[in-house]
Amino acid sequence: MASNTVNTDALEARYGLTHRKDRWWAEPLITGSGLFLFVIYSTISAMLLGGGSAEAPILAYESGPYLSPFFEPLIHPGWLPIWLSPALFILWAPLGFRTTCYYYRKTYYRSYFLSPPGCAIREPASSYSGESTFPLIIQNLHRWFMYVALIFVPILFYGAIRSFWLDGEFGIGIGSIILTLNAGFLTMYLVGCHSLRHWVAGGLNQFSKSRYRRIRYWLWELFTIANEKHRRWAWISLIWVGLSDLYVRLVANGAITDFNTWPNF
Amino acid sequence: MPSANITIWRGDDDGQYEKYEVEYQDGMVVLDVIHQLQATQAGDLAVRWNCKAGKCGSCSAEINGQPKLQCMTRMTEFEEGEEIKVAPLKAFPLIKDLVTDVTYNYDKAKTIPFVDLVQPEENDVRRMAQIDIERVQEFHKCIECYMCQDVCHVIRDHPENQDNFAGPRFFVQLASVAMHPLDQNAKADTVSHGFGLEYCNITKCCTEVCPEGIKITDNAIIPMKERRADELYDPLRALGRFINNLKK
Ligand code: SF4
Ligand code: SF4
Ligand code: FES
Ligand code: FES
Repeated sequence: MASNTVNTDALEARYGLTHRKDRWWAEPLITGSGLFLFVIYSTISAMLLGGGSAEAPILAYESGPYLSPFFEPLIHPGWLPIWLSPALFILWAPLGFRTTCYYYRKTYYRSYFLSPPGCAIREPASSYSGESTFPLIIQNLHRWFMYVALIFVPILFYGAIRSFWLDGEFGIGIGSIILTLNAGFLTMYLVGCHSLRHWVAGGLNQFSKSRYRRIRYWLWELFTIANEKHRRWAWISLIWVGLSDLYVRLVANGAITDFNTWPNF
Repeated sequence: MPSANITIWRGDDDGQYEKYEVEYQDGMVVLDVIHQLQATQAGDLAVRWNCKAGKCGSCSAEINGQPKLQCMTRMTEFEEGEEIKVAPLKAFPLIKDLVTDVTYNYDKAKTIPFVDLVQPEENDVRRMAQIDIERVQEFHKCIECYMCQDVCHVIRDHPENQDNFAGPRFFVQLASVAMHPLDQNAKADTVSHGFGLEYCNITKCCTEVCPEGIKITDNAIIPMKERRADELYDPLRALGRFINNLKK
């Protein structure tokens, strides 16, 4: 008679690492590499090449009406040591928001922690406590970072609007379009956030009870549309914010010229 | 007739894989081929099945390493002559061949509280608006195939977690209780205590294998984790509670 416990020794003989024959390793490899590249790029660009004084940064991140989103809003107090980048005051927010995001958690748990590397692929770790204890219990801070993101996204829109004004003169350039799209993509990422979706109405059990609740339900349905594509917006917004930084820096350092309507820029 | 190259686990924990060549016809599913095998070469092969329509949840197995319903896996999914490996579910104790002992799931089912319905209205009916019940209806599609339980690495690779972890199928059931629009006392306790929601690292394998397409992670587990966050980790709510206490 079989007992009610799994015979773990026998499992090795029966399943080994996995019987899957498809390319299950491709997705964690690609997403893991993508995240890695972004982390490397953003660290170099925002932290290492972001230092210097306000007037003479190591590598310019601001040009005319454009400011790299890694530095938005620009906070550069005089006491900031020359080797520290003002991106320091900003990046903790998107870093915290994305690191604790349910989608990115899934991605790096699979790609980096191999927990699990893929479905029905044996996990290498010998014990597992998930998010029940320190350190992973701090993932619950996602709610905090969601509130912070609600503040930051309008700031990015402010930067995007500013990018249409050069010395008080309205105009439009490739950079303005890029920065506006950046704010837009981040908005799509934010409204698809599981925490935000929950926050607007997920805690209710009866949506129909009052008009106020029906409005919240309507928002919940709307956010659900973005939520179902959360992975897509996570990647689009991530890649785009990197490209926006790259573009502004290329313009600011004279590597390319911005195509725009301002005569002197 | 084409013939299938089936490799199947035979026996109990001390068993081994055996290879069979089984003739099959167009339009057959893996379960048909297993039945053919039973009829022609392996009369003592143990396999559970019932409906052959993807609705009873009995015929779950691991086909080429993926948890799947045998009755819903068409032979056309495979190349001709390809080795098709059929193994029992890994997460549960093996009885024989493809049959496992799924008592763990029945034990967990007993721990899930019931909905405590509000009193009926005068004419003895209870009413729910469609928008209120919709969320929960998705969860009622579950056919209890337990493939989500099987694939979940929390218990699949770490059986020692079984005591503390109800598993995705029961998170779905918990969600359907906790979110029920006519529950008298909203089941906050269901969310927080003793079911092991915090062991889930939302890597979504349960969602990937669910034959009913229930979005287990996005619609049941994460919203339940968020309800827990409401209670324990939300700074604004904590502030609200603090101010309320002061007022009292
Ligand atoms: S998402 Fe959670 S419950 Fe589902 S399989 Fe993964 S760890 Fe298990
Ligand atoms: S939730 Fe889906 S995978 Fe899990 S037991 Fe129910 S039908 Fe099967
Ligand atoms: S879940 Fe991805 S941002 Fe909140
Ligand atoms: S036999 Fe009923 S689901 Fe396969």
